[in-house]
Amino acid sequence: MNINKTMIAIIKYNAGNITSVKNAVERLGFECIITDNPDEIRCADKVIFPGVGEASSAMNYLNKNGLSEIIKSLLQPTLGICLGLQLLCKHSEEGNTDCLGIFDANVKRFPPKDIIPHIGWNNLSDVQSPLFNDFGTDDTVYFVHGYYAEICPQTIAQCDYILPFSAAMQKDNFFATQFHPEKSGSVGERILMNFLQTV
Amino acid sequence: MENQQDKMKTSDASLPLGGSRRGLKKRIIPCLDIKDGRTVKGVNFVGLRDAGDGVELAKRYVQEGADELVFLDITATVEKRKNLTSLVEKIAREINIPFTVGGGINSVDDARAIIKAGADKVSINTAAVDHPELISEIAAEFGSQCVVLAIDTKLDNGEWMVYIHGGRTPTPLRAVEWAREGERRGTGEILLTSMNNDGTKNGFAVDITDAVSKAVNIPVIASGGAGTMQHFADVFGQTKASAALAASIFHFGEIPIPQLKQFLKEQSIPVRI
Repeated sequence: MNINKTMIAIIKYNAGNITSVKNAVERLGFECIITDNPDEIRCADKVIFPGVGEASSAMNYLNKNGLSEIIKSLLQPTLGICLGLQLLCKHSEEGNTDCLGIFDANVKRFPPKDIIPHIGWNNLSDVQSPLFNDFGTDDTVYFVHGYYAEICPQTIAQCDYILPFSAAMQKDNFFATQFHPEKSGSVGERILMNFLQTV
Repeated sequence: MENQQDKMKTSDASLPLGGSRRGLKKRIIPCLDIKDGRTVKGVNFVGLRDAGDGVELAKRYVQEGADELVFLDITATVEKRKNLTSLVEKIAREINIPFTVGGGINSVDDARAIIKAGADKVSINTAAVDHPELISEIAAEFGSQCVVLAIDTKLDNGEWMVYIHGGRTPTPLRAVEWAREGERRGTGEILLTSMNNDGTKNGFAVDITDAVSKAVNIPVIASGGAGTMQHFADVFGQTKASAALAASIFHFGEIPIPQLKQFLKEQSIPVRI
């Protein structure tokens, strides 16, 4: 299955469902390791920072295990997914947590004006990045989250649920999606493939 | 992807909003009952019929546009638990949409094994009634989005009551109140099955689905009774349900998912096509 020589590191920490990211990367024909070893993360061609879970306990874990500094110092293309996106922002209301500060946005709880969490397939707008090459206007991606990142200069795709929020962000080598490309069917696979092959 | 070649492609900076077609979609969820690694579907929970291999059927649903899948292990016993875990691993390797696994999950350890095997969510039913703290324990470890509270409900003397043990055992709980308690304890979604409707093909139980979906502020998945495409339009049109689940009508090809979604789209119900 390993038809591609690119080595992908998936950062292992106390946030769930990392297996599904590994499965998705392997379905696309790439080799990957799940690791919290600083050298393995630094040496990887590309890094994925996934995560489903709670912000403060995740940040505590990253800080305690020296992973915060490693993530911030990465120079290779790095993709945060879901909680990964939120942890790359400045601050999260979830557990009043200081995050990694790559993106100039804060993470807030959705106001209780509709069903929370935002679960399911939704459209994107204002899409602008090679990450979204071949993204169709009616394409949808899968979201599961109760907190959102504000729109900021690094927003590269928006979604509107209760209010417009950052569905994807990019700064330099750091990319991030609030949605789960690994769970978004063939549309998500195209986005992951754009990250693995193009950016 | 082959079928999407006629789709408009874009690489420019902005996409215009397209009216009611945009926004969060109502989800269509095929449910696969699993027994010894194969798919079965009961009619009113008795008289099981074998409907094919689970993973193959799952892949077919993904290709047809299912938005999520639910797998319920109806023979979950301690000695079969390992079989289920390896089936979940296989499903997780092969499909690229979210899926839920339920049936016989009695503890955080059970939930952890299923989630580690690659399931996105676990559904709990009897164990949550017996030990409501299980909801918050799983939510605390894996997040609320991992927990689906499955409620089997039956109309008894004008009251929608909660049943457990696969619908065999009545409880003193009312469905609406149990749903509210589940939300308070941290479940991420509610899978509401009307036992009166399940297997009848006479339509979803719109009244209790409406009552539960108004009583909570988390997604409710309507289940039990789908027989026609109009039944899906009814439950989405007349309740706040976020998703609708069905089994036999999908397994036996009575309602192809692409046709169902086209039908719903024509009724202005937002769906993913």
